[in-house]
Amino acid sequence: MKLQVSHSPHVRDKATTQSIMRDVIIALLPATFAGWYYFGIRAVFITLLSISSCILFEYICRKVMKRNNTIGDLSAVVTGLLLAMNLPVSLPPYMVVIGAAFAIVVVKQMFGGLGNNFVNPAIAARIFLVIAFPKAMTSWTVMTGSWFSIKSVDAVSSATPLTQIHTAEAPSLWNLFIGNKAGCIGEVCILALLIGALYLILRHVIRIWIPMAYIGTFFLLVFFFGKTNVLHFTGDLATLSGWGDLFYESGYMLLSGGLMLGAWFMATDYVTSPLTTKGKLIFGMGCGILTFLIRYYGNMIEGVSFSIILMNILTPHIDEWTMGKPFGEVKENAKV
Amino acid sequence: MPLRSIHAFAGGVHPLGNKNTDVLPSIHLHGFREVELLMQQHIGPPCTCVVKPGDHVDVGTMVGRADKPMSVPIHSSISGTVKEVHYVVSANGSPVEAVRIESDFQHTINPFCKPPKVESFEDFIQMIRDSGLVGLGGAAFPTYIKLNPPKNKMPDTLIVNAAECEPYITADYRQICEHPDDIIDGILEVMKWLEIPKTIIGVEDNKPLVTRIFSHEIKKRVYKTGKHPDIEVKTLKTIYPQGAEKMLIYTLTGRKVPPGKLPIDVHTLVMNVSTLRFIGLYLKEGIPLTRKRMTLDGSALNTPGNFIVPIGARIEDIIEAAGGTREEPKKIIMGGAMMGVALDRIDHGIIKANNAILVFGSEETTLPPESPCIRCARCVASCPMDLIPCGIDKATRLRDPEMLEKYHVMDCIECGCCTYACPSKRFLTQSIKNGKVIVRAERARIKKEQELLAASENKGGPAS
Repeated sequence: MKLQVSHSPHVRDKATTQSIMRDVIIALLPATFAGWYYFGIRAVFITLLSISSCILFEYICRKVMKRNNTIGDLSAVVTGLLLAMNLPVSLPPYMVVIGAAFAIVVVKQMFGGLGNNFVNPAIAARIFLVIAFPKAMTSWTVMTGSWFSIKSVDAVSSATPLTQIHTAEAPSLWNLFIGNKAGCIGEVCILALLIGALYLILRHVIRIWIPMAYIGTFFLLVFFFGKTNVLHFTGDLATLSGWGDLFYESGYMLLSGGLMLGAWFMATDYVTSPLTTKGKLIFGMGCGILTFLIRYYGNMIEGVSFSIILMNILTPHIDEWTMGKPFGEVKENAKV
Repeated sequence: MPLRSIHAFAGGVHPLGNKNTDVLPSIHLHGFREVELLMQQHIGPPCTCVVKPGDHVDVGTMVGRADKPMSVPIHSSISGTVKEVHYVVSANGSPVEAVRIESDFQHTINPFCKPPKVESFEDFIQMIRDSGLVGLGGAAFPTYIKLNPPKNKMPDTLIVNAAECEPYITADYRQICEHPDDIIDGILEVMKWLEIPKTIIGVEDNKPLVTRIFSHEIKKRVYKTGKHPDIEVKTLKTIYPQGAEKMLIYTLTGRKVPPGKLPIDVHTLVMNVSTLRFIGLYLKEGIPLTRKRMTLDGSALNTPGNFIVPIGARIEDIIEAAGGTREEPKKIIMGGAMMGVALDRIDHGIIKANNAILVFGSEETTLPPESPCIRCARCVASCPMDLIPCGIDKATRLRDPEMLEKYHVMDCIECGCCTYACPSKRFLTQSIKNGKVIVRAERARIKKEQELLAASENKGGPAS
């Protein structure tokens, strides 16, 4: 009789790395579909190109490094999908491939593959592309031709809602919410993003701490220190007449740009965010403060990407600071 | 309506209960051809063997004498002839002296076994030691030591562990269903001799029958004696590891046992229901600890159930006597699915602390390959001791004792929650255990270094 000998425990939870990645993909799909709906068949093409390049680069990398094949864990698919969602639809295809190569080869595999990258590959690739191809990455388009038209010339250049605030062309909050605006493929439809986020929360894939701290901090900062903030409010606070004006700017700021995509799907990336609840709260608050500072006082548009990547770099330190005491540890037992 | 405890520890996991055998009454298994009694069945120094080949022994005859403190005697569990005294490899891999006894199938009980007379606290402690009792929940800590705390640290609360949070195991559950009166007797004896004013029985809320049985039994005592016996039944949330000592004390009393300290340091005494039942029974019958109730379960078995077996019976014989297997076992576990030991051989004799044998067939036996840590923090969220298992794992693989100490590796209770929860299927508990070995070695090295330093300083003064 041949018996298997292994260390306890002898029963395991059903969740695997692959099942978690699958859940993330499922959660990203509503926003992806919404992006396809708003930006036409070219968006479908960009998405599939990004995903397939990521898978291909992952495969080649592992082969060259003589490591085991890791396509099966689906992490490359998640990176590809997230990257596509972070790109404007008019981006030339070769730039998409360069972005995918940067994300997988440089950021992920060169640091040791899944679990060892110190920044989120998709965000790093987006920042890389913004710096390398600033014009292409910041020309926002709205679709004017037919849905099946593959050429980007059918699209006309438009300003991103973030630069339109307080102007006559600013989209309504409702249009911002459902995604009828200019922006990257995956970031426009806030409704779809929130549906995906709810799925992740309900499936216990992510915890609410990072998005809550991120969005909450950002909201409060805009509410109190934005351009039409509560301190400069001209209406009547006591009766809250004109409360819509009061919340307009903070609401507008929350619903535009990549904030929702970033807060729910990229700041919550396991590998590059802290382990403990306390750490996650600090991480989220840091992201919120940096996003506010960059959006209001910086001249770069990449508020969300830069704040997340900066906090990614701080993550090991946050882990260090927030390492709690073991259960039952009291002061006199604590090691100095 | 029993009170529900208000405290809850952070962490824990929810493995499938798999309490398939909870409705099956315990069956006595007899007719074992031979037993093999290990001379170390407890935490502490081994016993001295006092029999030699050819000796006749009865049930309850002492075969291992406890010479040293922290040690309790071992008694024969069958009547028959001693065949061999030799060294065997125990289930945990260390060599230990063992006595092989061949049965005469007479089951004669040693005539010296009679109900003990207890007139003082000292009598009580001596009686507990003579009975060979150890903690039957699994730790095998000699009970007489536990019941004899230093005078400045007398317990004010007795906690009865009826949580039984391990999947599959129902031995304690059956013990409670079948012998609640003995358990209450045991509790009252301990309360009486240690002058403990209050007892709390902790029961997980997936066992409402146990709560009702205890409440009923307490009511019976009130009726009989006219006063309430200060025993309270509290229900606990069903979560693993609810039955771990530190977690149980916290949930029931709100007291936290500091790392490296014992329950008695927060004035509580935690005892398993089976241990208390034995005390109650021993006072009536006077037969030492020679039998053990265990759960046999797993998909490879024909008839899973609860069985009462003589201590020292070989695992293979027990499986056979309990109905045999219906498929080739793939994995055999001594103990529960979360903390038990997977065996490579099944000719070991069972020891006092064993409470389950799980015989897994192919459907339950899985060993998924490890993949890289994705820092999902599920291990951190599941750790009842608030540690960072993935960090300890990393430190162990780096063989970095300093980093291990920083992560408080020594505080791990090895409950297995982190490994259970890990989606990357990493062997975190195993890694943490290895980390403890590294830390112990490093501490010993530092101590030796300091001793050598001190010695050289003493020898050579400034003159040399």
